Amino acid sequence: MTKLNAEQGSPAALSVKSLWKVFGPKGDKIIGTPSADLPRSELLAKTGCVAAVRDVSFEVTPGEVFVVMGLSGSGKSTLVRCLTRLIEPTAGTVTIDGNDITNASDAKLRELRRNYVSMVFQHFGLLPHRQVLDNVAYGLEIRGVGKAERRAKATEIIELVGLKGNERSYPDQLSGGMQQRVGLARALAGDPSLLLFDEPFSALDPLIRRDMQNEVIRLQGDLQKTMVFITHDLQEALKLGDRILIMRDGEIVQIGTGAEIVANPADDYVRDFVSEVPRAHVLTLRYVMRDPRPDDSSEGPVMSPDTVVRQAARAALESDHVVRVVEDGKLVGIVDDDAILRIVVAEEHHSASVPA
Amino acid sequence: MTVTATVDKPRIQPEPDESSTGQSTPVWLLLIGVVAIWVSIWAFTRGQQTLALEGLGRTGLHDWFTDLRDDLIAGRDSNVFMQLTGAVADFFNKVVEWLQALISVPALPRPVPEIGWLGVWALAIWVTMAISTWRIAVLVASSFLAFGLLGYWSDSMDTLIITFFSVGLALLIGMPLAVLIGTNKTANTIVTPVLDVLQTMPTFIYLLPLVLFFGIGPPTAVASTVLYALPPVIRIAGHGIRSVSSTTIEATDSIGQTRWQRLTKVQLPMAKKTIIVGVNQTTMAALSMVIIAAFVNGPGLGKPILRALTVRAVGTAFVAGLCIVIMAVMLDRLTTAASERAESVSRGGGGNPQIRRLILAGTAVLTLAMVYLSRFYPWAAEFPETSIGADLATKVQAFADWLTGNLDGLTTAVKNQVTSLLLNPVQDLLANSPWWLSALGILAFATVLGGLRALATTALCVAGIYFTDLWNDAMITLTMTLVATVLVMVLAVILGVWMARSRTADWVLRPILDAGQTLPPFVYLIPALALFEPTRFTAIVAAIIYAAPAAIKLVADGVKSVSPTTVEAATAAGSSTWQIITKVQLPMAKSSLVLAANQGLLYVLSMTVIGGLVGAGALGYDVVLGFSQGEYYGKGLAAGAAIVLLGIMFDRITARAASKAKTSR
Repeated sequence: MTKLNAEQGSPAALSVKSLWKVFGPKGDKIIGTPSADLPRSELLAKTGCVAAVRDVSFEVTPGEVFVVMGLSGSGKSTLVRCLTRLIEPTAGTVTIDGNDITNASDAKLRELRRNYVSMVFQHFGLLPHRQVLDNVAYGLEIRGVGKAERRAKATEIIELVGLKGNERSYPDQLSGGMQQRVGLARALAGDPSLLLFDEPFSALDPLIRRDMQNEVIRLQGDLQKTMVFITHDLQEALKLGDRILIMRDGEIVQIGTGAEIVANPADDYVRDFVSEVPRAHVLTLRYVMRDPRPDDSSEGPVMSPDTVVRQAARAALESDHVVRVVEDGKLVGIVDDDAILRIVVAEEHHSASVPA
Repeated sequence: MTVTATVDKPRIQPEPDESSTGQSTPVWLLLIGVVAIWVSIWAFTRGQQTLALEGLGRTGLHDWFTDLRDDLIAGRDSNVFMQLTGAVADFFNKVVEWLQALISVPALPRPVPEIGWLGVWALAIWVTMAISTWRIAVLVASSFLAFGLLGYWSDSMDTLIITFFSVGLALLIGMPLAVLIGTNKTANTIVTPVLDVLQTMPTFIYLLPLVLFFGIGPPTAVASTVLYALPPVIRIAGHGIRSVSSTTIEATDSIGQTRWQRLTKVQLPMAKKTIIVGVNQTTMAALSMVIIAAFVNGPGLGKPILRALTVRAVGTAFVAGLCIVIMAVMLDRLTTAASERAESVSRGGGGNPQIRRLILAGTAVLTLAMVYLSRFYPWAAEFPETSIGADLATKVQAFADWLTGNLDGLTTAVKNQVTSLLLNPVQDLLANSPWWLSALGILAFATVLGGLRALATTALCVAGIYFTDLWNDAMITLTMTLVATVLVMVLAVILGVWMARSRTADWVLRPILDAGQTLPPFVYLIPALALFEPTRFTAIVAAIIYAAPAAIKLVADGVKSVSPTTVEAATAAGSSTWQIITKVQLPMAKSSLVLAANQGLLYVLSMTVIGGLVGAGALGYDVVLGFSQGEYYGKGLAAGAAIVLLGIMFDRITARAASKAKTSR
């Protein structure tokens, strides 16, 4: 079930191995016993413990946006807190940029939190008694950066997140969306290589949420940070995530790109989740193409297997010939009008063709 | 299957109804049952085994306590603990004497203090301007003038000295503890019950045991004030620190702050407002204790009141009491305004800081000039004597005499009605029953109201009271407390419901109640004494005045917090106002009512004890006797213990009843 997608050779920005978090008395005694495999309610009845994260392993490559998705209670927020030990994991290891987090001393952990990892929270967590400027500069302040320097840096970041002119405001004078921009600026001020987002936009109105998602995409384009993004919203996951990890009851159900998950849901749970997704917006040609046959026309348009179906649809349907899918100069598949129409028209049709 | 299901249904349904009514009705039915049994046994055994001890009677236990004190005092130089408290007492004494020489009593060989009234006045105004606003500075200026004009300059300064010194010590000890219980769950679970017990004790109780270790005079005044003023700041500041948003703590932790940074940059600044509320409460508690410390010869405004009350000079007591009221209002406003200003400054308000600094520097020069004048010119050193205070005292005395003369019919009628209809029958039952019958009755009440856990505590308290050899006195005090609380609750329900339902009533009454709550309890004896002769009833009146504000506010807030949707739904169903009050608002505010009864009982208890001074008799009298006559020290101490036990018993029974009321909802 667990699938490591890290490219061999390049060091992972974040690596999580067999991570467990068991809340309750003597939670650490449960791991490795048959109790660990019990369903949640039975485990609670038997031991008084709740396994919020169960044996989770994954790797995130530098510059990747990695989304962890699940319903409330699936353990995703606990998972992200275990990554920097805001919640102490029960077992397993977390490595960030080659630094072992799980065994780090308090001082080392602080050092990592100050320089490598920042987090953005659902309810912002701003300091109400400080102006925006000093909220953003807080991380630099506790590192001992001088006042003039940290304020200059904070001013820069505030402009970057689009809050110029609000430096002297207090958090409660700002709207929810603007407060979260402050949260974002605070996270960025320390110039971390890894950003963690815990449902950052769930508390915002839909329109503002969309703005903020676009803001994250824009910042990601400019800054190329590694991001771990927690959400319960599949649309958000598909919009932002290079890869998505789906969690249920503390366990990984599936890891993959949005297209992989929509095309090949691992089980009924995921299938139910993705059933409402407009497939044409997510699936790429790779998931709708068939093997080439000798009699296929060679005059149709050429496209990459990573082209999204919706983008390919017009060109494909307007052409009298089938689309040739070419990867690295090699013909890897053929997409005919039927395949496109099946996706665009018959959204409810679940079993898309699978590449051989 | 379907047939049996439909047949079963009506059979099952009545059951929960029966059991739910079965839980709610019997409480009062059971209580009536208990009283009925009690009365029927009492009818045959009345007056037997009441364990009554005459006013000047003592028992072996009491003398043993007195001997213990004598032994401790005799061994003052050899006992390590006594040496330690002795050293602390010396330190307190030195500081207080130094401060007194500075501002309140002649600093020998000078005929006047180091700084005369003009200097103190200017300093007070300047400090107030520095920490709060000019408006409060005006209040402080006029308050200080009032102390002088009313003729109590020196006593007022003494009161302020002890208050500020004690508050300083209380904060020094309390703030670290507040941080501890605010950041550490284990510490919180250990400290909170201790604070609970400390806060249920009447002010009076601290004095007698402390006299043992710190002796008569300022050291005991300071020690008891610190002890009494400590719980509010620990509790409130601890609560403030604990309730700082966990998201903010998590968010700032995630940036990599140290624990010290978390405390100083996040928790303390965010809890600042609550912490200052704690300082305010601590200051007000300190003031009321400093006044009461007059019983152990503590310096300050309590002394003239105590003197006046013992000779029933209502006029004189009134003038000194007025000084206390002014001081209470001044301290309350000052601490509140300081917090408001701190808040507005931290948010960029509070005016231009440069102009402010200039003004403060300029006025500092002026202030120093006044201090200089007050050191060398008699008119600025000693507050000019006026006859204002004396005149006022005479007029008030005349008014009180007129009142007692002309209202005599009315007040006597009220007094007699309450005494004969409420006070006497209850006292007859409680105090004239054999001790074992009263004990059983109390235990039965505790069980019905508070369940088995309340029974356990009550049993311990009842046993403790039995062993103080003051059973009968305790029953009389219990009677007064119960009667006064019933009257307080009647008042609280009427006014509380009115306040909750009428915005105007709330607007008019709330400031009065707020002010009432800031005054030291001692002050309330004065009007009560003016209206009624010194009797049990006078103490009850004072207790009602003292306890009512807290109870009324609790009821009002409880009724107000009843969901407006529910009230709307009841109105839509066609309920009359009376039905809404009795069937919706009061039942839904039940836990607030019980809480009001809890607070009412504890306030009333502490007042019935102080009422020993105006004829309350029983335990209060025993304590006063313990202060005034050495050979009764042990009896006073035992009475103090009995009062503490009564307090814990009331608190536990009502607290259990309150949590029952909450869960039954």
